[in-house]
Amino acid sequence: MADGKEQSPLAQFEIKPLIELELGGFDISYTNSALFMTIAFFLIIGFLLLGIRRRGSVPSRLQMMVELSYEFIAGLIRDTIGAEGRKYFPFIFSVFMFVLVGNLLGMTPYSFTFTSHIIVTFALAFAIFSGVTILGFCKHGMHFFSFFLPPGTPLMMAPLLIPIEVISYLSRPISLSVRLFANMLAGHTLLKVIASFIGALGVYGVLPLALVTALTGLEILIAFLQAYVFAILTCLYINDALKLH
Amino acid sequence: MSSNKSKTPLEKLDTKLRKVNARNVDQRKGARNDEGFGVAIRIGVDIVAALAVGVGLGLVLDNWLNTKPWMLILFFILGSAAGLLNVFRSISGHGYVAGYTGAQPNDELDSKSNKHVGNG
Repeated sequence: MADGKEQSPLAQFEIKPLIELELGGFDISYTNSALFMTIAFFLIIGFLLLGIRRRGSVPSRLQMMVELSYEFIAGLIRDTIGAEGRKYFPFIFSVFMFVLVGNLLGMTPYSFTFTSHIIVTFALAFAIFSGVTILGFCKHGMHFFSFFLPPGTPLMMAPLLIPIEVISYLSRPISLSVRLFANMLAGHTLLKVIASFIGALGVYGVLPLALVTALTGLEILIAFLQAYVFAILTCLYINDALKLH
Repeated sequence: MSSNKSKTPLEKLDTKLRKVNARNVDQRKGARNDEGFGVAIRIGVDIVAALAVGVGLGLVLDNWLNTKPWMLILFFILGSAAGLLNVFRSISGHGYVAGYTGAQPNDELDSKSNKHVGNG
């Protein structure tokens, strides 16, 4: 297959417009990335609705999975924010499920991983960051700025500490989005690169084949782990905004 | 196969439940191990992100104030300090529950150095 034209390991990340659209000079085409986000959306809705369709005291497998994911996020919020974090459950659950299903969709052959695009993860992270900042201002007003100067700091240290704290705070959406994007991008590129050795090495191709099999398992672990990290950091940021110090 | 059939539904459910419970414990153990891996990734990204923000701010301020290299140098240093602060917070707490007071256990709060870290 690959002897005609070399397939780049990065070709899988290419964005292709499926339906060309334009609005006020902006290209708002419906792309393969958007298509997979739509698929993820309907998968989550379908999973949740089918899972709770027949609510039994002895749950079916699907209902167990739905309850497990609910319990998982509820427990996460209980551990990191506490009882007052309850009202943020829908938001954190949506973010977690969207990232998780996006990561897992990417593991399906011939699919597109929308979480491997920095613009998608950064949009998510920036929405969380600005939401949390607004939440902090709503809860504490101007007192929110004390976040950047820990109480008990000598005043002489303030000119040095405030810029450092501000930079540390501003780096949050970047580290949040880069972590997810880099993991997905690196993992999928690595899979493609090693998979390209399978055909090239002939009989010895079993070695990279075994490696790709193992790496696929690792990638699925990373898909879960990164969705978990994304959710837990969202919880921590909300917790910071709620309690300040 | 036949021995499985002879069990009552409740007994079958019991064995299934026990299996699931055992698996849950295993998973929890696994999660503990994975946390180290996750923390390692987090730390690496945290340094770079803070540094990138520092350098970006420095460049913007340089362009704005026409102080060509100085703001970049200053904010590069501040950015690395912020990156190290991020890392220090990540590892001084337990796991992801970085050193913010809300997440810190109370018994550590009385020591002064911990309080300073926690209050960041």
